[in-house]
Amino acid sequence: MDIHEYQAKDILARFGVPAPRGGLAYSPEQAAYRAREIGGNRWIVKAQVHSGGRGKAGGVKLCRSEDEVEDAANELFGKRLVTQQTGAAGKVVYRLYVEAAVAIRREIYLGFVLDRVSERVMVVASSSGGMEIEEIAVRSPQSILRTVVEPAVGMQAFQAREIAFGLGVEPVLVQEAVKAILGAYKAFEELDATMLEINPLVITEDGRVLAADAKMTFDDNALFRRPDVAELRDKSQEDPRETRAADRGLAYVGLDGNIGCIVNGAGLAMATMDMIKAAGGEPANFLDIGGGATPERVSKAFRLVLSDANVQAILVNIFAGINRCDWVAEGVVQALEKNPVNIPVVVRLAGTNVEEGRKILARSGLPIIRASTLAEAAQRAVAAWRNDARGRRE
Amino acid sequence: MTILVDRSIRVIVQGITGKIGAFHTQEMIDYGTNIVGGVTPGKSGTKQGGVPVFDTVKQAVEETDATASVVFVPPPFAADAIMEAADAGIRLCVAITDGIPAQDMIRVKRYMRRYSRENRMRLIGPNCAGVISPGKALLGIMPGHIYLEGNVGIVGRSGTLGYEAASQMKELGIGVSTSVGIGGDPINGSSFKDILELFEADRGTRAVMMIGEIGGPQEAEAAQFIKENMKKPVVAYVAGLSAPKGRRMGHAGAIISAFGESASEKVEILREVGVTIAPSPSEIGEAVADVLRRAA
Repeated sequence: MDIHEYQAKDILARFGVPAPRGGLAYSPEQAAYRAREIGGNRWIVKAQVHSGGRGKAGGVKLCRSEDEVEDAANELFGKRLVTQQTGAAGKVVYRLYVEAAVAIRREIYLGFVLDRVSERVMVVASSSGGMEIEEIAVRSPQSILRTVVEPAVGMQAFQAREIAFGLGVEPVLVQEAVKAILGAYKAFEELDATMLEINPLVITEDGRVLAADAKMTFDDNALFRRPDVAELRDKSQEDPRETRAADRGLAYVGLDGNIGCIVNGAGLAMATMDMIKAAGGEPANFLDIGGGATPERVSKAFRLVLSDANVQAILVNIFAGINRCDWVAEGVVQALEKNPVNIPVVVRLAGTNVEEGRKILARSGLPIIRASTLAEAAQRAVAAWRNDARGRRE
Repeated sequence: MTILVDRSIRVIVQGITGKIGAFHTQEMIDYGTNIVGGVTPGKSGTKQGGVPVFDTVKQAVEETDATASVVFVPPPFAADAIMEAADAGIRLCVAITDGIPAQDMIRVKRYMRRYSRENRMRLIGPNCAGVISPGKALLGIMPGHIYLEGNVGIVGRSGTLGYEAASQMKELGIGVSTSVGIGGDPINGSSFKDILELFEADRGTRAVMMIGEIGGPQEAEAAQFIKENMKKPVVAYVAGLSAPKGRRMGHAGAIISAFGESASEKVEILREVGVTIAPSPSEIGEAVADVLRRAA
């Protein structure tokens, strides 16, 4: 789960990592009020969307008066911000963060990730802050420092000192930098984060160490024990289809094609998408209905896939282990009887109770195209979609 | 011969009285697995599926001489259950549970290092379908009837894609020595390399089918191992050729977040070390048949 910059800064402040003074705004008037509250004569107005690259996309504005703050806010509210990470659909700005602009002497990149090679938390730092880490890796790989945290004892002060000195932080500020690095690690560890990026961590002209931007991602599997974190979820930043799916126990990822997929198991779901592509089609989604799927869950999966207006054919591919083909078949029949569709539906069933499942489909009298292998299923789905599309054009 | 499990291995089930644990305990017993007991704290003295239930893994091991366990404990308590098994002297632990927090798994892996290599429990999973040696033992949730006994090893992250591979092979009359699901989580007990090492040493395995997917470094690590240490032929399929970058595809670990983590990059890395690639998931059976014909 992702959270907003202002929320990440709130969390970091609690762990002893300071940020420039700032406040949240839901309207242009409130943004101007925040600027007055903060004081000074230069502010940054920042769009709060779940994405990096906001600056390049025009979501961050430097302002020199309260009027400018209000104007910037007027322009940003309701805007669909399209960054390198959001895809063409972009993300709508509903919240702004107004922050005191600070005079920056230098910018540092500081990141914490779950490293899958060492299977531990890795701290990544670079003296080339302000750029994306991918860009730093290409442009100045020699500036990147890495250290791995021993999970039995957590991050140690010497590790943070090595980073601070390694980045060339002035000796008088090393203590401050160490405090920030250790505080950020604590936040990462105690709240079950999977990613924390402070980019940049700045050293100001007046010698302070501040988190000028912050991004945090949390482990969905650990939200049960982090209710305070779970509350920070902002559904307006998620694909509504994915939100609806998650609320129904389904794993769904919306894509750009037009063949909707309903599959059990993440691996098989990916493989089904690959097969559709190999057969000359484009998948509209990834969807894993999970194990032990009841007819109701299957029928919900149908409704979800059909809520995507681009879907022009549906492929159901079930290899039942814990699942039962008869339940899946009942779900398919229920869904189609309740909401008849005028697009082709291809169903492939294999595994537990496959004969019963096939009988249920046959008895229903519904125009379901049946397939017995994965290859056949993908080919029939793509062929049916082509014929159907041609029929509609004529 | 098989790897990891055989007919005589003595198995306990952790979380045996839960709905899922109870159901699969019965399935495993029906398949012929030597289930000798179970653990649910507070349920000692009762029976489940005809075997005694104990409060702790230590008790269960003392009373039953079990050397393996299968974990169905719910995610908040699963890491604790795995560490309890390691401490009680269990040699092989198969964790089926899906949804264990990543930091819990970091702790589990760190905890296991307190035992010397010879005394360290082998962990399979979590978030996996388990281990099956057809006709001998099932420690997991696979549908037993889709596997034919034979001499091809299967190792993969995905459960259902493993079923797909086994059933395509069965259609062609090809059987399986052991099939191992290593699970879809970013931090797992055994890697592809760990299992390939066992298959290479197993006299009952002639070739290996490896089913990878997007995300993580373990396929590349396996490629290195295959290049340096394997004489047996390996066939691979990598799922997720059509998956977009930066999106999580169901499995917690299935996300392309670094160079070398996409399906096409993994395919290239594996092809370079001489692995036969199944170009699509429907050609897994054929690709294995081809390799066996060439090796004969």
